[in-house]
Amino acid sequence: MKYALIPLLPFAAFIVIGLFGHWIRDRAHWIAVPAVLGSFVLAASAFFDIAQGTPVRLTLYSWISSGSFQVPIGFYIDRLAAAMLLLVTIVSGLVHVYTIGYMRGDAGYARFFSYIALFTFSMLMLVMADNFLQLYVFWEAVGLCSYLLIGHWYERKAASDAAMKAFIVNRVGDFGFGLGVMLVFALFGTLQYEQVFAQAASHAHETLNLLPFGGAWPVNVLTLLCLLLFAGAVGKSAQVPLHVWLPDAMEGPTPISALIHAATMVTAGVFMVARFATLYNLSPTAMAVVAVVGGVTAIFAATIALTQNDIKRIVAYSTVSQLGYMMMACGLGAYTAGIYHLLTHGAFKALLFLGCGSVIIALHHEQDIRRMGGLKDKLPITYWTFVIGSLALAGFPLTAGFFSKDEILIGAWTAGPLGRTLTVVGLLTAFLTAFYSFRLVFVAFWGPSRVDPHVARQVHEPSPTMTMPLIVLAALAIVTGYLGIPGFLSPALPGPMSLPPAHEGAATFAIMALATVMGLGGIALAYVFYVLKPALPSVIAQQWSSLYAGSLHKWYVDELYEAWFVRPTIEAANDLWQWIDMRVIDAAVNGVAGSINLWSRALRLIQSGEVQHYALAMALGAVVILGVYMLL
Amino acid sequence: MVPLSYYMILSGVVFLTGLVGVLIRRNIIILLLSIELMLNATNINFVAFSYYLHDIAGQVFVFFALTVAAAEVAVGLAIFIALYRGTPSVNVEEFNLMKG
Repeated sequence: MKYALIPLLPFAAFIVIGLFGHWIRDRAHWIAVPAVLGSFVLAASAFFDIAQGTPVRLTLYSWISSGSFQVPIGFYIDRLAAAMLLLVTIVSGLVHVYTIGYMRGDAGYARFFSYIALFTFSMLMLVMADNFLQLYVFWEAVGLCSYLLIGHWYERKAASDAAMKAFIVNRVGDFGFGLGVMLVFALFGTLQYEQVFAQAASHAHETLNLLPFGGAWPVNVLTLLCLLLFAGAVGKSAQVPLHVWLPDAMEGPTPISALIHAATMVTAGVFMVARFATLYNLSPTAMAVVAVVGGVTAIFAATIALTQNDIKRIVAYSTVSQLGYMMMACGLGAYTAGIYHLLTHGAFKALLFLGCGSVIIALHHEQDIRRMGGLKDKLPITYWTFVIGSLALAGFPLTAGFFSKDEILIGAWTAGPLGRTLTVVGLLTAFLTAFYSFRLVFVAFWGPSRVDPHVARQVHEPSPTMTMPLIVLAALAIVTGYLGIPGFLSPALPGPMSLPPAHEGAATFAIMALATVMGLGGIALAYVFYVLKPALPSVIAQQWSSLYAGSLHKWYVDELYEAWFVRPTIEAANDLWQWIDMRVIDAAVNGVAGSINLWSRALRLIQSGEVQHYALAMALGAVVILGVYMLL
Repeated sequence: MVPLSYYMILSGVVFLTGLVGVLIRRNIIILLLSIELMLNATNINFVAFSYYLHDIAGQVFVFFALTVAAAEVAVGLAIFIALYRGTPSVNVEEFNLMKG
């Protein structure tokens, strides 16, 4: 009962606010906030239960029961799920509180609260799922909430476009995920996690022929399964090449960016890979793909973040990059490190987004960092919490990000030759991360004010409902590094069998030192570029103008997709409309109607309305019948 | 004794006269008269067969037919008068509201 209430409280809030929103209006937070806090308290108590005992298995009710296809709604809460429960309920609770201030006076206030409550419910169900179908359904449900919330200000074309883009790009990945779920059932005859995990090893060397009509292309079935599932993770966690939706998703209100597009939903892909560690461990090929995609995403997104000017987009690209980091760790078998980074990142990235939100509110919805500057004295709480978040993101020593990033890099270093290559990528990314996060700090908060003077006079710290979550998250961004999370998680996350024992000592220390140097170097370089010699960046931008333009335009990925996929699709749709629909289908329908019209025109002539004509027809008919009768 | 065929020919001629009258005349009263002719042609048939077959049923049927015909004329004339109030004409071609 206690476990069932964790997701049901937010769901009840969603139902109440959703149904009575017109009447509740700006009192919606009185329902949503207590519900989420209640579910946080229950999640915390569940967390301690599980920390002391064994995983909880609970079947709520039998959802689908059709022959051998049995799907219950159930919970499987192990240490991984318990940690995620805490993350989701804490960040969701803080974002709920923050939203009270951020969305005050918004026309869709109640609608917004009902959707974030629905999101919280879906995310909790996703995390606690004990079978693939439940995971899949709530995987789609969080995607739906993301769509609804990105498009919260649907009157704005940019917002509704971004919502649609997020949804459609996710469909691409989820198509693979759906196929993966079907393959799980075809292969194992069940969708329950524990039964699948128990049977997985016995299918390790089975192959599946992918070519029809007598062709032969045998593929290891678990590799195929893992890659199909990973396709879903690529979409949801915004990995290259499906990363394009996440930066655009910043059109949504900032609390949503913090909750959904930084701390929880986008990490679902990483969570999923870690959840299925048992399966991935059996397929080195799939793991290598996960690791490489993660590594490429990490550095690719970091290079884009260097030159963006929209405050939220910088943080968004850093999210993509950090998700790549986590994915890379999971692909290299360092699941513990990946989830550890997921948790710390959830705290400090939510903090950074909420910080962005309070800057945006203070400046009356100005998002361009070139029109900020000098905010650190006017917004002291926002500034200091933002600095703490940036330090954690940059991996500054003794912050949470420092520990989790080191964990990833050390895990990567010990994972064979591929791991060593990716360690270098990770170190470079760490450098870039430190640089762009402090570029943001220095440009937005330091230096002379470039704010519109009319606005500048009114700039002040937002209400306590907005600053309180910042302070709590800032505390978490430091504290989560000291809670011994990796040790807590490791029993739930079996590493690959081939992994050699971690090298304690020299290598570990060297990587830690290198990562620190990279982080500090990035911060120092940002300091030189944007504080000491502000003229330098534009000089460099001119010198390497093609590189600069590439980064500024996100390496033209959107343009590429536009040319390769979007425009051909629209043209094909146009052609189908004008040729198939209008000239074939419409023509057939209109042809039937037209021929009936013609026939009826001819038949109308018979009905003259004059009795004598009918009488004549009767008489002639009688003559004909008689004639036939007599002749035959 | 008059052979049956004579009655048949007589009734056929009367029936055809009535039928042609119904088909070609325009005056609505004449149409009604023509229909009465057709009815009476059948009556001749009935009586003739009744006599030759020694079966009284045919003659009984004729009484029914005559009764129905009388009623029909009464109703028909009433309809004509009602029609005439709407359209003051006895020309059947002017009543073609049902033209498709």
